[in-house]
Amino acid sequence: MNSDPSSRPAHLDPKRSFQGLILTLQEYWAAYGCVILQPYDMPMGAGTSHTATFLRALGPRPWNAAYVQPTRRPTDGRYGENPNRLQHYYQFQTILKPSPDDIQDLYLKSLYAIGIDPELHDLRFVEDDWENPTLGAWGLGWEVWCDGMEISQFTYFQQVAGFECSPVSGELTYGLERLAMYIQNVDNVYELNFNGARGDEKVTYGDVFLQNEQEFSTYNFKAADTELLFRHFTDAENECRALLAAGAPGSPANESKFHTLAVPAYEQVLNAAHKFNLLDARGVISATERQSYILRLRDLSKACGAAWLQTRSGGALSGKVEAGFPSDNATK
Amino acid sequence: MSDLLLELYCEEIPARFQANAAGQLKSAVTGALMEAGLSYDSAAAFAGPRRLTLAVGGIPARSMDKQIERKGPRTDAPARAVEGFAKAAGLTSIADAKIVKDDKKGDYYMARSVLAGEPAAKILAGFLPGIITGFNWPKSMKWGAGDLVWVRPLRAILATLGAENDETETIRFQVGGLTSANITYGHRFLSEGPITVRRFDDYAAALEAANVVLDGERRAEIIHQEAKGLAFAAGLVLIEDKGLIGEVAGLVEWPVLLSGTFDEAFLALPDEVIIATIKANQKCFCLRDEKTGRLAPRFVIVANMVTSDNGKSVIAGNERVIRARLSDAKFFYDADLGEPLENRLPRLAEMVFHKKLGSQLERVERLKALTVEIGPTVGADIDVARRAAMLSKADLVTAMVVEFPGLQGQMGRAYALAQGEDKSVAEAIANHYRPLGPSDTVPNDPVSITVALADKIDMLTGFWAVGETPTGSKDPFALRRAALGLIRIILENRLSLSLKSLISIGRMGHLDNVPLPVAGRSYTAPDAVMTFDRKMADDLVSFFHDRLKITLRQAGAAHDIVEASISVGADDVYAISQKVTALTGFLETPDGEKLLSGYRRTANLLRDEEKKDAATYAGRYDVNAISSEVARTLANAIALSAEAVAADMDGGDFSGAMAQLSALADPVDRFFDEVRVNDPDPAVRLALLNVLAHLRATMHLVADFSKIEG
Repeated sequence: MNSDPSSRPAHLDPKRSFQGLILTLQEYWAAYGCVILQPYDMPMGAGTSHTATFLRALGPRPWNAAYVQPTRRPTDGRYGENPNRLQHYYQFQTILKPSPDDIQDLYLKSLYAIGIDPELHDLRFVEDDWENPTLGAWGLGWEVWCDGMEISQFTYFQQVAGFECSPVSGELTYGLERLAMYIQNVDNVYELNFNGARGDEKVTYGDVFLQNEQEFSTYNFKAADTELLFRHFTDAENECRALLAAGAPGSPANESKFHTLAVPAYEQVLNAAHKFNLLDARGVISATERQSYILRLRDLSKACGAAWLQTRSGGALSGKVEAGFPSDNATK
Repeated sequence: MSDLLLELYCEEIPARFQANAAGQLKSAVTGALMEAGLSYDSAAAFAGPRRLTLAVGGIPARSMDKQIERKGPRTDAPARAVEGFAKAAGLTSIADAKIVKDDKKGDYYMARSVLAGEPAAKILAGFLPGIITGFNWPKSMKWGAGDLVWVRPLRAILATLGAENDETETIRFQVGGLTSANITYGHRFLSEGPITVRRFDDYAAALEAANVVLDGERRAEIIHQEAKGLAFAAGLVLIEDKGLIGEVAGLVEWPVLLSGTFDEAFLALPDEVIIATIKANQKCFCLRDEKTGRLAPRFVIVANMVTSDNGKSVIAGNERVIRARLSDAKFFYDADLGEPLENRLPRLAEMVFHKKLGSQLERVERLKALTVEIGPTVGADIDVARRAAMLSKADLVTAMVVEFPGLQGQMGRAYALAQGEDKSVAEAIANHYRPLGPSDTVPNDPVSITVALADKIDMLTGFWAVGETPTGSKDPFALRRAALGLIRIILENRLSLSLKSLISIGRMGHLDNVPLPVAGRSYTAPDAVMTFDRKMADDLVSFFHDRLKITLRQAGAAHDIVEASISVGADDVYAISQKVTALTGFLETPDGEKLLSGYRRTANLLRDEEKKDAATYAGRYDVNAISSEVARTLANAIALSAEAVAADMDGGDFSGAMAQLSALADPVDRFFDEVRVNDPDPAVRLALLNVLAHLRATMHLVADFSKIEG
């Protein structure tokens, strides 16, 4: 269960490289028994929106997964000039359902694995309740502090898509850049050592992402075509509704007892949410309109959550879990 | 006698919930003990980040036996009924029942039984699970696959009971998959493994040895003393912050105080910005240099950890975060300074104040209009006051206030001074929110007073107009605080202001189709024409009266004197408080006492006679009908006083009015000693009653003496 950093080449020491940090966390949670997933292939504002969290937190089936998710926050773009803020950054997300009794210890050991020595640091769980209005979700938990710096969000989901979570999932979200800056001891994100190499071989975070940050800040704040974005938002909303109707059990196209289009419908929510975030960054959504867009997204999220609960993976008709169904093997 | 030790061990409890939770645990358990017939000598509850603990001393080993009586059928009832009763009452034969004589309804059976007392451990095991499952947290949750609801996952329960100096037993019960035991755990990082516990004494000692200070107040005291010590060692003074000490004491089990520094260049920021950054984000304390009065580039960290490098990494980490935070703040501050406050006003239109009361910009327009009306009555320059009102909310859309909402007003002041505004304008921007609570100071500059009164009366009349008035414990818009604040501003500045005229100034802003005096415009409700009728005004006046009563009582006035001094429509807050002071003084004098007892006799007698006669005496009479010298003396004295009292009251000279009343004390006394009011001659009686009625009316000019309690 313990990942052994010494078996890894020195340049992949999480204290030396950004990718070493990611690999260590993946190994740690893989050793625990999590499914290690790859990032969802669509833009989203948080790792929570990944189907592996948002949808899998619903329903009765156990589920343990970990993955890196690129996180898009268009309004946080700073043209690469702010050492702490990015419009695209990475979260490492672990979801454990049901949350195990030793989840705090499991989490702390993951910190030890990446080189945070509990003998040297002040680790604290400070109240922080989490709510995501566009996902109709909330939970209670903490932000985890290391020497006064927030390094993770730790949440026990209580509701997702407006549905009470039973069993409850524990969600651990590590802000990877911030964590890496701390353990590599650099003050500017662009100076993070990405590959752990020295001299000419060294690749920094800036080498990989500075150009992107500059270009996307321009895109987010100036270049994005707002008319097109408004249209795409509406298109995604309509497509989502259409898919939800078409995949519903008993609809003309679906003779099964299950919902058959819950995930494609949810992808349209991700689509719409990202368009909304871009429009927000372009400053074309007023304070009053903003609320109504959030409500529209929440309605879609809830409807998708309801649809998911009508799927097999969502635990519909559970009790009659079919042998060989992937979800049954994916659990610990 | 036995002692109970109960510990509920869980994942980190939010600091703000801890104190109440300890109190709740104590009252729930002691209440249940009493209800079960178990007394106790002492009870103490403690709360910290990971545990709630309760120690109850002096519980009897068993509850007392209870005699139970059960009434049965009459002795002549059918045999089946009698048998049934015997069986139900658990008697072997009806012969064991007692026969109670009853001559009226007939003799009947009475079964007596003894309900044996139970061991305290059994009783506790019976009710403790219910206390845990029924615990009331402000926010609670479920976890894992369980159904138990707690503030954060509950991980262990310790429950022991035992006689003094004797072995203890574990009180066995189960809740949500947990089984109670005699085990606890120490500090998360500084101790290892479970700790077996017998009773409170060894429990507290074992925890202390395992780096847990159980008592939150002691943790707070340690933090306070050590923070002061670190400040002193650096030649500085701690900026006291009771709230922060309390919060931090709820975040650590083993407080370790360390001190760090930040770059002096950040001192270019206003002190309040640095304090807010360091306090709100990092929960660290700031220090001041007493010689310069300014903030020092140093802060105090409260860690929960003794580290192997003596805190070096902890300090370095906190310094890094604070450096980053202050850099952000500096960035926001510099950006904010680049845009004058008035240029920000259009953006207030996007900021909703309340959905029925429009935007912050509409509110600013109302405040500008109100200051024009209020300003002259408190001696403020109208133009300066209007300027202050116009800029009063502009800082709400600055980056700094968006980041730290608690800095509203203070940032406005800093930015106003930086852009060269009049000092009164800058102070009013900061101080118009005040007083923020009972211990906060009240603005005293006329411009600040004007904007503060406008701000509060606009809120109160506005929320009254849309029907969002406080009910019970619900006061989401802090209207009680606004009314109390308004009253304190008036009292502490000795302002002579009419509540009714303030209300009518305030309501202007909320009426449709009523043009505001100057540039302002009224808010038009989207769906209905806003009304502010007489009833709302009266209701708001009595809301003010209630706050005023509280204020006066808190200042030490007796509640009956307060009641006597506020008549239904009373309007001048400062005058009422003056009256309370004068009346309190008067009633302490011998004349005051004498007159009060004379008043009571008068009032009682009149009440009885008026009832008898089905009449109300107005105090007019034919003086010739009165032959008694004593009665005539009183009548003359009242006639003389009445005019003088009325004049004094009109002039607000309450002490003068009371002195006039003093002159009546002796004549009234003699009157009751020597005159018989119920004279056989109806004309005489009528005249005498009216003399007394005149006395009553004269005294009521001053206050309602009937409200004074004996």
